[in-house]
Amino acid sequence: MLRLEGVSAAYRGLPALRGISLEVPAGAIVAVVGANGAGKSTLLKAIAGLLPVSGRIALDETRLDRMAAWRVARHGVALVPEGRRLFPRLPVEDNLRLGAYARRGQPDRFAPLSLVFDLFPRLQERLAQRAETLSGGEQQMLAIGRALMTQPRLLMLDEPSQGLMPRLVDDILAAVVRIRAGGVTVLLVEQRLAEALSIADHAHVLQTGRVVMSGPAAAIAADSAVRRAYLGL
Amino acid sequence: MAKLPDNAILRRRRRELAAGGAVLLALAVLPLPIADVYTQNLIIMALLFAGLAQAWNILGGYCGQISLGHALYFGIGGYVSTLLFLRAGLPPSLGMFAGGLAAGAAALLVGWPCFRLSGHYYAIATLVVAQIAYLLALNWDFIGGATGLYVPFHAESWGDLAFRTTKRPFHYIALAFAAAAWFAGYLIEGSRWGYAWRAMRDDPVAARSLAVRLLPSKMAAASISGGLAGIGGAIFAQYVGYIDPDSVMSLQLSILIALPAVIGGVGTLWGPLLGAAVQVPISEVSRSWLGGAGRGSDLMIYGALIVTVALLRPAGLASLLRPARRPPPAAEARNANAA
Repeated sequence: MLRLEGVSAAYRGLPALRGISLEVPAGAIVAVVGANGAGKSTLLKAIAGLLPVSGRIALDETRLDRMAAWRVARHGVALVPEGRRLFPRLPVEDNLRLGAYARRGQPDRFAPLSLVFDLFPRLQERLAQRAETLSGGEQQMLAIGRALMTQPRLLMLDEPSQGLMPRLVDDILAAVVRIRAGGVTVLLVEQRLAEALSIADHAHVLQTGRVVMSGPAAAIAADSAVRRAYLGL
Repeated sequence: MAKLPDNAILRRRRRELAAGGAVLLALAVLPLPIADVYTQNLIIMALLFAGLAQAWNILGGYCGQISLGHALYFGIGGYVSTLLFLRAGLPPSLGMFAGGLAAGAAALLVGWPCFRLSGHYYAIATLVVAQIAYLLALNWDFIGGATGLYVPFHAESWGDLAFRTTKRPFHYIALAFAAAAWFAGYLIEGSRWGYAWRAMRDDPVAARSLAVRLLPSKMAAASISGGLAGIGGAIFAQYVGYIDPDSVMSLQLSILIALPAVIGGVGTLWGPLLGAAVQVPISEVSRSWLGGAGRGSDLMIYGALIVTVALLRPAGLASLLRPARRPPPAAEARNANAA
């Protein structure tokens, strides 16, 4: 579904991605793991159109490289950014509404709400609260909910476990599995290796901007050399 | 299930609209018992600046683009309306809309390059552009140069927006202007644009990944904001009967247009009106009491006012209207657990 060929990008003038090629099959959960600074977040930003890139990024037959971010979003690619990036002063409800911005004018634009509330009933209780008053876990739920409101085909999650206690991480990842079951392809960036690999089908290990290993998630999880060499574990 | 409960928001919107209507009515009745010309002038200027500050607020508040050059749009509105009256005989009641259109177009021209700058750099760019325009106006004879232009007076009429014997019509003109600006803000708050602008202000990266287009959004806000400021400039020209670059295009005016929103509450519906109700009397009183000896003293007072507001009510005076929102106790307990 998503195919990257020789994608390079710089972040603040420094090369962050050096010729990345990888593939995300439709309906899969693909994890990209690696140490801090390996280029994981840059990769997602590059796909989302938030960074200029060289190389080729294609979603099915559509070229995404050189496409403005707003256009990429309309093609069904949603990013749950690192640090959640909610609109802190707006209530939960308006954050969700803004998720549907790309589909404005369409009668079914609020259709994903039932899925969002089903996944995260907590959000429905907090609709009138400002996003900044939510707990960390609730904020992550809202960030994912907001992205689902765009009715994406590909959902990209950047470090959804960041700053959460382990039980909440499990909740969030369980929600990701359910989202995939609903037909959404998932590209997951994580520093927490074990948790990410436990739900992923395929995984790519990134080191200083290069893919150094790819394969079924279970194989990567089992490879102790990978853990020592690339992930510092 | 799959429906957002709109009721809370709709109820709040209806309350705002009702409050707006009530304030409009009160302000319409207010001048009737006031015969004192000084006080009349004070209220008219406060209404004018309430409208101007709301115009500024549409770009600076909702959209988060801090402009320090709104005197440019104010001045263009005043000059275009006055010149059309002088040279082409177009009555200012129509000319003010031409002035608004010209000012809105100018805001697009300024926005095209300047919106590529972010934050403080954008603010500085607007200031510089407005100063350049001010210097050009000072030296451009076609529009009267530094001597300025007198607005011709034929007879008292609504078509010409010309009244010499009484200030009362101007009260209603300024009130209509302030009400229109308030209503524009009200509509924007509830519209998709308003949501997109606030999203962009709070987090441009997140907004972009939700398919919000930054430049067109900013341009739309700028044209509405500049256009309204231009109409305000045309009204001011008619009210004072004379314009020159110093009175309609100065840097100080740019600051005076932005300041009520800052004092009253940036990005709020009522902030500009509240701020103007505080700022304009201070400005007029300090000018008339201290006279030439106190030149610049009003700026010191504004400075003190900004510091006070920033320390005690950083969200502006409008935040006094609404009780502070606290998360329900259950959420606090959960936050404590999660932390």
